[in-house]
Order: sequence, then C-alpha cells, then structure tokens
Amino acid sequence: MATAMILLPRTVIRAGDVVMLKAMISHPMETGFRRTETGGEIPRNIIRQFSCRYMGELVFSCDFHPAIAANPFLSFPVIAARTGPLEFVWRGDNGFLHREQAMLQVAAS
Amino acid sequence: MTRRAALALALGCLLLGPAPADEIHASQRLSGYDMMGAEAQAMQRDDFANPAMLAVKEGEGLWNAVPGQGRPSCQSCHGNAAASMKGVAARYPAREASTGRVLDLPGQIQTCQSERQGIAPAARESAALLALEAFLAMQSRGAPLASPRARGLDDAVSRGEALYRQRFGQLDLSCAQCHSQNWGRSLGGTRIPQAHPTGYPLFRMEWQAIGSLQRRFRNCMTGIRAEPFPPGAAEWIDLEIYLKERAAGMAMDAPAVRP
Ligand code: HEC
Ligand code: HEC
Repeated sequence: MATAMILLPRTVIRAGDVVMLKAMISHPMETGFRRTETGGEIPRNIIRQFSCRYMGELVFSCDFHPAIAANPFLSFPVIAARTGPLEFVWRGDNGFLHREQAMLQVAAS
Repeated sequence: MTRRAALALALGCLLLGPAPADEIHASQRLSGYDMMGAEAQAMQRDDFANPAMLAVKEGEGLWNAVPGQGRPSCQSCHGNAAASMKGVAARYPAREASTGRVLDLPGQIQTCQSERQGIAPAARESAALLALEAFLAMQSRGAPLASPRARGLDDAVSRGEALYRQRFGQLDLSCAQCHSQNWGRSLGGTRIPQAHPTGYPLFRMEWQAIGSLQRRFRNCMTGIRAEPFPPGAAEWIDLEIYLKERAAGMAMDAPAVRP
C-alpha cells in the first residue's frame, strides 16, 4: 500500500499565475542492483512514470530510473487557468499504480 | 584511544566521585537536529519534504481502521488522538498500570493489538508498527521528554546507564566513549551526536526509510562489531529509559530527519 501527499499553494491563486505543485509518494525504489546477504538478487521495484493532468490535460510527466531516492519528491510549475481538478498518477514495476486527486482553486479576478 | 589513555580516563572518572565526569550539563545538551547540517534541518522543518510524514499519514489511517470484522479500531477506544494521545509518546517507556510491565511505545501498541483488538501484533520495524509509532509521536511534537526517574523507573535507569558505560564488541567501545566523551568530533565524516532520543521514529537518509530507536541502537552496536540484542529485548528498553532520563526536558522533534 502506498501513501502519497499532494501540496498545493496555500495562497490565493489567480488566472495566469504560475503555481508550484508538490507530490511525494512512499516507495522503496529498489534498484535491482542490490543483493541480499546470501548473494540473492533483490528484484527491481521502482516507479517508472509519473504524470499530472489539469482539467484532463497533461501538464507534467516524467520517467524514473533506478538511481532515484526512496519516496520520490517532485515539485513542478503549472499555469493556473480556472478552478479545476488535478490528477496525479504514478505507475511502476509489478503493476504498481497510485492515483491522487486535488482541486486547484482559482479566484475570480 | 590507547589503553593507557583509557585507563587514565577511567581513573579520572573514579577520582571525581559519583557523578560521571563525562555527564553533559543540561545547558550543553544538543539534539541530533542541533548538530546536523542546514540542509537536513530544512528537510525536517518542512513537513512536506520530510518523508517520515508519509508514515504519519499511513498511521492515521491505521488508527481509524477496523482491523477485522467485529474488532475495535484504536480510535473506537481512544477517540481523537490529537487529544487522547497528546504528550503520551513523550513519557514512554512507561509502566503499564494494570500489569506493572514496562513497555516502550511500540510494545504498548503491540499489546493493544494483541490483547484489546485481538489481532496478531505488527512486528517490530514493520511498516505498520512504524506508521502507528510515527502517528503517535507526532501528537507529542514539541513536548518535553518526561523523566523516567520521576515515574519510579529508577532501577531501569541504573541498568540502562550500566549498559551505556559497558564496553562491547571487537572494538571494545562503550556508548559513553562516543556519545559523552567524544561528541562533536567526527567519525569517518559524520559528527558524533550526543545520542538524545528526541526524534524517533525518524527518516534516516542512510536508510532511505523510517526506522525505530532500536534500529539506531542496532546500527551503533554493529558499528563497534558487537552482536546486537534481539528486537524488543529488555536491554534496549533499559538503554532507552536511561537515554530519556539523560535527555529529560528536551523537546521531542519526532518524526525527525537524520543523515
Ligand atoms: C564509535 C562511536 C559510537 C559508539 C560506540 C556508539 N555510537 Fe551511537 N552514534 C554514533 C554516530 C557517529 C552516530 C550518528 C550517525 C549519523 O548521523 O549518521 C550515532 C547515533 C546515535 C543515536 C542517534 C541520535 C539522534 O540524534 O538520532 C543514538 C540514540 C545512539 N547513537 C545511541 C548509541 C548507543 C545506545 C550506543 C551504545 C550501545 C552507541 N550509540 C554507541 C557513534 C557511536
Ligand atoms: C478495546 C479498547 C482498546 C483498543 C481497541 C486499543 N486500545 Fe490502546 N489502550 C486501551 C486501554 C484500556 C489502555 C490503558 C492500559 C493500561 O495502562 O493498563 C490503553 C493504552 C494505550 C496507550 C498508552 C496510553 C497512555 O496514556 O500511556 C497507547 C499509546 C495505546 N493504547 C495505543 C493504541 C493503539 C495504537 C491502538 C490500535 C492499534 C489501540 N491502543 C487500541 C484500550 C484500547
């Protein structure tokens, strides 16, 4: 079971503002290069891909590779247009899939 | 340190009488937070950058979750943790009123799981137990660590101090030699802290995971090539009680970040 946290700015957002979104998820990000004490392989188990959609439109995505720390923490900008849903999706090895939703509130100007 | 220097030091301690010469004065106590780099401090201060907060969130879910049909959740007995568990972690390990047993916080959680929820207790160092511990520790953030001596745990404090001063392992070192006599100096690129247990459970960058105080103890034991006590052993709990007496009054900063 993964746990994720989404952080939206706490300030009032107006149309046209560039806002920073932050997303963190609990995940071991096991590289696949490590071995157990008895020499057995520890299979790779990483998140491969992250994407963020704003009102259904893809606004940010990235690929992950083995050299990423556990519990990956991302911070990225989007341009606010109007109040609408944000969807965050992480996909990875062994069919890993985690989804979070949030509402970006944009004040009338 | 040469044997001769160690002997001179030991004699020096004897001559100074009952209070050990290496006891850190209250005004000189520094937490692991005080002694770590600015970047790690910034990571701890920002709840969003601190990965231990993921465990707090998971722990909150477990607090409210019904563990099985007809079984009570933690919440159903204890109510809102922000009120009922405020300051509780700061006075653990504690003596259980009904049985007189001394339990550390994970031990208390396991007891409630097995005896009150009627489920198999979560294993030490498992994600579920660490999450509940982190969630409870969060309710004591900023609270001063309570003195175990003031709660009648004198015997455990003495046993814990004896362990703290005992030399262990192939390197034949005691906890005190590093944490009371050489704190602030560097050991292979790391600064030796004073070993105040204010922040547990915590996210350690070297582990890339959240871990318990006993995991930290185990790391120090294997570091001096000694065989660690088994998880949950009475010796670990005595050591924790002594360290909490030594740190009494310091503010809890759990769930913390450490290098
Ligand atoms: C050889 C020196 C050495 C010995 C002996 C040693 N430690 Fe440590 N200990 C360290 C170092 C170095 C660190 C910090 C590691 C880091 O930050 O990466 C540490 C960290 C700790 C911490 C964490 C403090 C914090 O702020 O979170 C505790 C608690 C601790 N030790 C307890 C003990 C106990 C109990 C013993 C005896 C069983 C012991 N240590 C023996 C070197 C030692
Ligand atoms: C059926 C009711 C019940 C449930 C369910 C229960 N507890 Fe308890 N809990 C108690 C009682 C009663 C005590 C007091 C024990 C004593 O001191 O003798 C207690 C004590 C505690 C304490 C110590 C409080 C203090 O002030 O020292 C903690 C911490 C705790 N429980 C955590 C939990 C957690 C976490 C869960 C869920 C995993 C849980 N409990 C589930 C009844 C319950």
